[in-house]
Amino acid sequence: MKIIRKNVCAIALAFASSLAGAAQAQQKSDAIEHELETYRSMLKSDPWSNPGMLDVDRGETLWKTPGGSNHVSLEGCDLGLGPGKVDGAFAALPRYFGDADRVMDVEARILWCMEKLQGFERAELLTHPHPGPGMPVKDLGAIATYIAYRSNGRSFAAAFNHRKEKEMLALGEALFFRRSGPMDFACSTCHGDSGKRIRLQPLPLFSKPDEARKIVGAWPAYRVSTAHVMTMQHRIYDCFWQMRLPEVELGSDVSVALISYLVKQAEGGEISIPGMKR
Amino acid sequence: MSTKPRIRLPDNARIGEVIEIKTLIAHPMESGNRRGNDGSLIPRLLLHTFTAKFADREVFRATLHTGTAANPFISFFIKVPGPGEFEFTWIEDGGAQVVERQALKVT
Amino acid sequence: MSDRRSFIMGLSAMAAWTSCVRPVGAQGVPRDIQAVVKALIGGATPVEGRISLDLPEIAENGNTIPYTVRVESPMTEAEYVKAVHLLAPANPHPQISSFFFTPQSGKATVASRMRLAQTQDVLVYAEISDGTLYTTKRSIKVTVGGCGG
Repeated sequence: MKIIRKNVCAIALAFASSLAGAAQAQQKSDAIEHELETYRSMLKSDPWSNPGMLDVDRGETLWKTPGGSNHVSLEGCDLGLGPGKVDGAFAALPRYFGDADRVMDVEARILWCMEKLQGFERAELLTHPHPGPGMPVKDLGAIATYIAYRSNGRSFAAAFNHRKEKEMLALGEALFFRRSGPMDFACSTCHGDSGKRIRLQPLPLFSKPDEARKIVGAWPAYRVSTAHVMTMQHRIYDCFWQMRLPEVELGSDVSVALISYLVKQAEGGEISIPGMKR
Repeated sequence: MSTKPRIRLPDNARIGEVIEIKTLIAHPMESGNRRGNDGSLIPRLLLHTFTAKFADREVFRATLHTGTAANPFISFFIKVPGPGEFEFTWIEDGGAQVVERQALKVT
Repeated sequence: MSDRRSFIMGLSAMAAWTSCVRPVGAQGVPRDIQAVVKALIGGATPVEGRISLDLPEIAENGNTIPYTVRVESPMTEAEYVKAVHLLAPANPHPQISSFFFTPQSGKATVASRMRLAQTQDVLVYAEISDGTLYTTKRSIKVTVGGCGG
């Protein structure tokens, strides 16, 4: 009896101290999370000082300056609201474009305009379209950052009315949950639950509109770790690389489909570009 | 150094007012410690000095070293002595310079 | 949960290791950067105080860490802050930035962004026009280094 009591006491004591230890660890980790939030909010506190604004400026110059073999500016480019109409265009993308007979996100559309209006070589634009660490975002990405910036303060409101827009959206949702590749990963493998992290990086649950609304509107974002702006197409390209899936082509149906799904999930969420990320 | 630096001055200022000036310039600020994809060290290349002159008189200077983050942001203050023009200069290792001028509207 | 606990342990261990490894001289300044400090401010001993440094306690990434440094001063011809120097003793090269003011500066306040390779104490030195020297230091944990790693 004494032995059992002693063991029960020992177990109870061990349990109590592990709970206390666990509670202390939880307190410490909450404190750490709080301090990390201090770091993040100090970085974001002055939007003017976001280095991504330099790419917004560059994108504006590129939009307005004649370029390509046709030596014209992009001011004739129709982003969905009419040629050259920039304010609010990003908030209504992705959408179907009759002239291309395709649904396009902002980068796919800029790619199309750079090729068809300005006469740039499509193959060149698609080769290494994203910057390496320490390199600035490429011209197409800078233009996309500028266009997105001109929808700041608006909410995501892509209509997804057209038949092809609906198909693209359905494809995006299917792809988000579809496991494939050598690791059998889907987007949902990492982004399929609330409150998960990889190291210090919180993983938003995109199938939950609440979470999507807080996150999607921050892309394109300036990434501190690579000292450049990362666009949404680049972000998806990088996710695919991390999942060991084949390279995603800039503006491909796969990329536009996934962006459509994310934007739909973030419907009503505020656009605030450029974001500021680790 | 192809993108123009950003400069933020107040829209107008009074004589004697202490105003904040913000500057932001695109630059990788290569420390010389980073390795490229081929494993070789990327050579050091920094903006080593920033100066601010107002009405031809230097009012602020900064020396920047490897401990300065890429795309340097510097905010500082001056007490407005009268109307005039700012001249901001960033000097890179090797001597290349970026110079920006902006007038201050003084009421 | 256990990830977080081992992470916390790792952070504390990292902080302990950093301060253990470098031999420390006067005022807790690692001996090998005392030469750098001497070259900046001369041989006199600075006094603690008058400098405030806003710096997060933890940086999610060492590549870019925002800060504001302030030194109280009337900023007149009679007395003004001549220079403020920031040092990161555990960086491959310890200097962050030096800022030089004039009586026309109005305030000895600067905001900028530093890059830190690892957890360490950031050191600040301020030189006043009358020759007095001040110093302060702030401890910061860096979770991913910012110099090449």
